[in-house]
Amino acid sequence: MKKSIWVVLALLLVIPGLLFTASCGKKSLTADIETMKDKTKEAPAPPPRASAPAPAPVVQKAPEPLKISEEEMRAREKTSAMQALMNEDVYFDYDSAALAPAAQEILKKKAVALNKYSNISITIEGHCDERGTNEYNLALGERRAESAKKFLIDLGLAASRFTTISYGEEKPVGTSSNEEAWVKNRRAHFVLK
Amino acid sequence: MVAFRYVAVLVAVYLSFIIPASSLAGYDYIDINSPFLRKIPIAVPVFGTDTANETGMQLSKKASDMLSGMLDFTGYFKMLDRDSFIEDSAKIKPDASNIYFPNWTAVGAELLVAGNLQVKGGVLEIELRLFDTIKAGQLIGKKYTTSVNDLRDVIKRFSGEIIYYLTGNRGFFDSQIAFVSSGTGNKEIYICEFDGSNTSQFTRNKAITIFPAWSSDGHWIAFTSYIKGNPDLYIVNTGDRSMSVVAKKGINITPAWVPGKFELAATLSYSGDQDIYLLTGTGKEIKKLTNERGSDVSPTWSPDGKKMAFVSSRSGTPQVYVQDVDTGHVERITFYGRYNTQPSWSPKGDKIAYSGMNGGRHNIYTIGLGGKDPVQLTGNAGDNESPSWSPDGSLIVFSSTREGPSRIFVMTAFGTDQRRLLAISGEQTSPKWSPGLNNKQPSISNLGGL
Repeated sequence: MKKSIWVVLALLLVIPGLLFTASCGKKSLTADIETMKDKTKEAPAPPPRASAPAPAPVVQKAPEPLKISEEEMRAREKTSAMQALMNEDVYFDYDSAALAPAAQEILKKKAVALNKYSNISITIEGHCDERGTNEYNLALGERRAESAKKFLIDLGLAASRFTTISYGEEKPVGTSSNEEAWVKNRRAHFVLK
Repeated sequence: MVAFRYVAVLVAVYLSFIIPASSLAGYDYIDINSPFLRKIPIAVPVFGTDTANETGMQLSKKASDMLSGMLDFTGYFKMLDRDSFIEDSAKIKPDASNIYFPNWTAVGAELLVAGNLQVKGGVLEIELRLFDTIKAGQLIGKKYTTSVNDLRDVIKRFSGEIIYYLTGNRGFFDSQIAFVSSGTGNKEIYICEFDGSNTSQFTRNKAITIFPAWSSDGHWIAFTSYIKGNPDLYIVNTGDRSMSVVAKKGINITPAWVPGKFELAATLSYSGDQDIYLLTGTGKEIKKLTNERGSDVSPTWSPDGKKMAFVSSRSGTPQVYVQDVDTGHVERITFYGRYNTQPSWSPKGDKIAYSGMNGGRHNIYTIGLGGKDPVQLTGNAGDNESPSWSPDGSLIVFSSTREGPSRIFVMTAFGTDQRRLLAISGEQTSPKWSPGLNNKQPSISNLGGL
């Protein structure tokens, strides 16, 4: 249960972040500067220049929001990359832990992100559709997660960055009993540790 | 969990018998090995009472209904309609000299249970007798003195006597069923009595909790739970709740106790492969039982503890295999279908029940040892999974989605008399039938001296 609360919290933080990022960096920079102006109560004044006799605090503060924003940019870029890493599931065929070409492509994309952000660790969850029986599916889920992990290790990523857990058919994303739901449930799902 | 109470039987007197028992009991009444069982017509009229007040009347009605329900549950009897009875049941004096048997054979009864009870200050005195109406004689007679609150225990005990007399088998009236239910929002383990009554929640882990398994003395239940985030194995005493945990890396799942021992098999994957291990009752590894690439899960033991059936993906699809534990010899027993899982070895040892998928649906099958004679027991009624035998081998409990959500059902070992056991909130899965839990019972029946 705790875990799912963290996931929800993470999403709450991350989704607005994404919206910002999506609405383009420049806009948010302008918004930041305007906010600064508001704070310094210089609404009618033109943007501060070096020559302008602006009050000291404003001159000193002015570059700061830009710096933070660059960091934020990087942070948001990372958040977005992490989102992609976590949102895009790796799908499997029925009663199989083998990685089809499409699954391998997704894993390769994940490997690029994982290479870039080398300090993050991942839990790979293995899941199954509802059609099998719970016991065998718990085993199958583990083989799926391990199969994804092995592929990433073979791409040169450190094994120590990954742990796996199987949920079998216990945590479906869709509970409908049709092929559409089953396809989505036969997955390896990535979670930031 | 409701602690299983032994019946406080102060007196269990063998009253008399008229038909001399040539053998130990009348096993020829019901051959439990016959798939073509003829249900014996039995009359269970409302018991008489000498306590001629509301309490006495109500209790005798309740007691006779309860007995009738338990006998009906076995699947051995055709319960006759009380409205058709010729005699006014409440006036029956329950001994052979007072029973006019032609009145019972006339309504089709071949067996008759008559009873009489008295209540004095919370103390119940109940006399129960089983008659053969055709031979016009008494088969069993017992008198119990106990607390009124223990009525159900007395009725269970006498039902057990009847079934023992007729089949030579102790029945399942002193057994319970553990199962998984999602009613709280998490899968947790629950326990009910053999007939679905007295359900209580056994675990409150607030985490996925699955795969309950009873030890053969009924004192321990092992299960898998994600309490700490990982599917770990918990071994819990049903009495004092003392506990051991097997929390190795990977999965720790599908426990199965070795009959008569404080040992269990379970699937662990810490080695990098999913294999079945033999563990002590405290979770220490004794040895690795399987060593083949792929998933080996869901062990179930032969009654003598010498063989283990399990599911393996070694052939590419999940199939049931039997392994001799000493020699290591392995034999595949399911060949029909591409998905055969959840084996459960029968208490008599001659069959294995399992769930097999065909046409996209799971159904319950039984198969003889060596893969002989697979028989499909369920069909055209949703998915039917997780078979588990009653301790006498006469019934199989399983889960079914025939009503929509998964519920616990029970049927005879031959697939007849399929009925829902209970309906509670959430979905119910993974039923496991306990062994007989009341070990004192045999000493009582010996008083009868049949």
